[in-house]
Amino acid sequence: MELICPAGTPAAFREAVEAGADAVYCGFRDETNARNFPGLNFSREELRQSIALARRKKVQTFVALNTFMRAGDEALWYSAADDAVAMGADALILADFGLMAYVAEKYPQQRLHVSVQASASNPEAIRFLVEAFGAKRVVLPRVLTVQDIARLTRQIDCEVEVFAFGGLCVMAEGRCSLSSYATGKSPNMNGVCSPASHVRYRQDGADLVSELGAYTINRFGPGEASGYPTLCKGRFEIGDVEGYAFEDPVSLDVIDEIDALRAAGVSALKIEGRQRGKAYVAEVVSSLKKALGASPGERAALVARLRAMSEGQRTTTGAYDKRWR
Amino acid sequence: MATTGKPALSLGPVYFLWDGPKWRDFYFRIADEAAVEHVTLGETVCSKRQHFSEPHVAEVVERLEAAGKRVTLSTLAMVTLPRESRHVRDLIADSLHPVEANDLSALGLLKGRPHSIGPLVNVYNAATARTLAARGAENICLPPELPAGSIRQMLEAMPDFSFEVFAFGRMPLAISARCAHARSKGLTKDNCQFVCGEEPDGLPLRTLDRQSFLVLNGVQTMSNSCVVLVDDLAPLVEAGLSRVRLSPQDCDMVKVASLYRRVLDGRIDGEEAIADLAKVYPGVRFSNGFLHRQEGAAWVSRGRNAAMGRD
Repeated sequence: MELICPAGTPAAFREAVEAGADAVYCGFRDETNARNFPGLNFSREELRQSIALARRKKVQTFVALNTFMRAGDEALWYSAADDAVAMGADALILADFGLMAYVAEKYPQQRLHVSVQASASNPEAIRFLVEAFGAKRVVLPRVLTVQDIARLTRQIDCEVEVFAFGGLCVMAEGRCSLSSYATGKSPNMNGVCSPASHVRYRQDGADLVSELGAYTINRFGPGEASGYPTLCKGRFEIGDVEGYAFEDPVSLDVIDEIDALRAAGVSALKIEGRQRGKAYVAEVVSSLKKALGASPGERAALVARLRAMSEGQRTTTGAYDKRWR
Repeated sequence: MATTGKPALSLGPVYFLWDGPKWRDFYFRIADEAAVEHVTLGETVCSKRQHFSEPHVAEVVERLEAAGKRVTLSTLAMVTLPRESRHVRDLIADSLHPVEANDLSALGLLKGRPHSIGPLVNVYNAATARTLAARGAENICLPPELPAGSIRQMLEAMPDFSFEVFAFGRMPLAISARCAHARSKGLTKDNCQFVCGEEPDGLPLRTLDRQSFLVLNGVQTMSNSCVVLVDDLAPLVEAGLSRVRLSPQDCDMVKVASLYRRVLDGRIDGEEAIADLAKVYPGVRFSNGFLHRQEGAAWVSRGRNAAMGRD
């Protein structure tokens, strides 16, 4: 299985290449990709240089153009696709059908990968993307169990990539407007979720309150570790009960399932985290690369090291395990 | 197809779990009394619920058609299991009615057949709408998240195509493999005991500061606020909007339809309709923020809107 690694900066890109990535994915510094965070991503020149570096090391570069084109401003997405193709991107990761149609028609030789944001979760959906746009690979939404994936790969003529480590969307990706409901900014339209521009921390007596837009997302008592107010990982009240209604503040870790995923016919494992620093990327990529080559017995020590890197030190296998539902 | 006159009213599928008789009687009354021309129906949110409405689909469709309504069958929003795939395949293969696609599997299977696209498929621009139209889509209900500028841009780019906006109801905001509704009652999706049926209008989720925020509807998360675009439609109608969708809530939808119809016909103004809607669907906050390029939960009244120079 290939290891697909995130890079939010040219420095992280270099670290990922050095640490053993088979491919690095990244995006331009604008709303054409789903990690449109301040201070992150690549100028045209930075991407050109990064692709050249990757080429020399025989590492592939995937360019994510995985937001949905704003009506009337499609040129921004089209020119990003034109430039990525011209720079020699090994694959474009796309979510918008209109953009897929543009790339498939204009650059029939260009490898087209379907972003997780397109939410292709079954054989018919993937066949549609292969037939309509010539998709070569689909990144699966985090709604399937390992058994579902194994059944799926047998029924399609398309490579499958799955998320293995890092941030976890609780909702089907690309089908969530919770963030824009509270802030006006969404992953689909703006490439952001629960954006920092709308986050506020406020002291209320002994409690630290985290807010997103006008809404309280969590309340931390004295001594309780506080966290970023990602909407779907907030604490809410249903009836008289307070709790994490959708998911605890955990991150995804399916390292223990590596062999099962390989047996399920998965072509590539993806690490989430383009917003992470270069040290994190270097550590996670090199540990996972070693884990991929290690025997299950040797894997335990590597896994322990990785777990220490995880958000809040707590992890889940998410939807890959049926019991998560 | 696009109309130069007044747009048609359309009733979207019931997103909530209503028991069979309640579901049937709702549609019987719609058939007999509601001023809607199109009705899209069928379980859309969770395949586990299908047996509640399925025994009544035939009689409901018959009654609606006898009343002159155009019936479209809705497909599932999320398809992950083989039996869900089979259900979508069979629905499309066997149906004598037009089908509304709510996920990518239906999009693939409907190629070359006239069909509709539901608001749960991501259509954000005319390039995507054209791609789908070339495969046989004849009507697209746009996602609730779209601002008016995007909608107008699409209407202008495809003047002969039928676009629909989601103009009343709690907005579908997210869907998950995990059932937060069952989870809130100590259960899991696989052993849910259909507890989502206990809240026929959604289970309210408040913030820790007791702010109304969202409602849970099985695996779907919806807005607590009800989108009300009744006073925002005129510029979209002028730009060529074909259909206006009302999404069923557990309130008097016949009255809701009547109010929207009267506004579209110019018989009452939007503000009057909003005041009446507040009586028809009491205790629920209204919103139209997405349309005005603000947070979806926001309410922008026309007076304030004009004063701020927004469209």
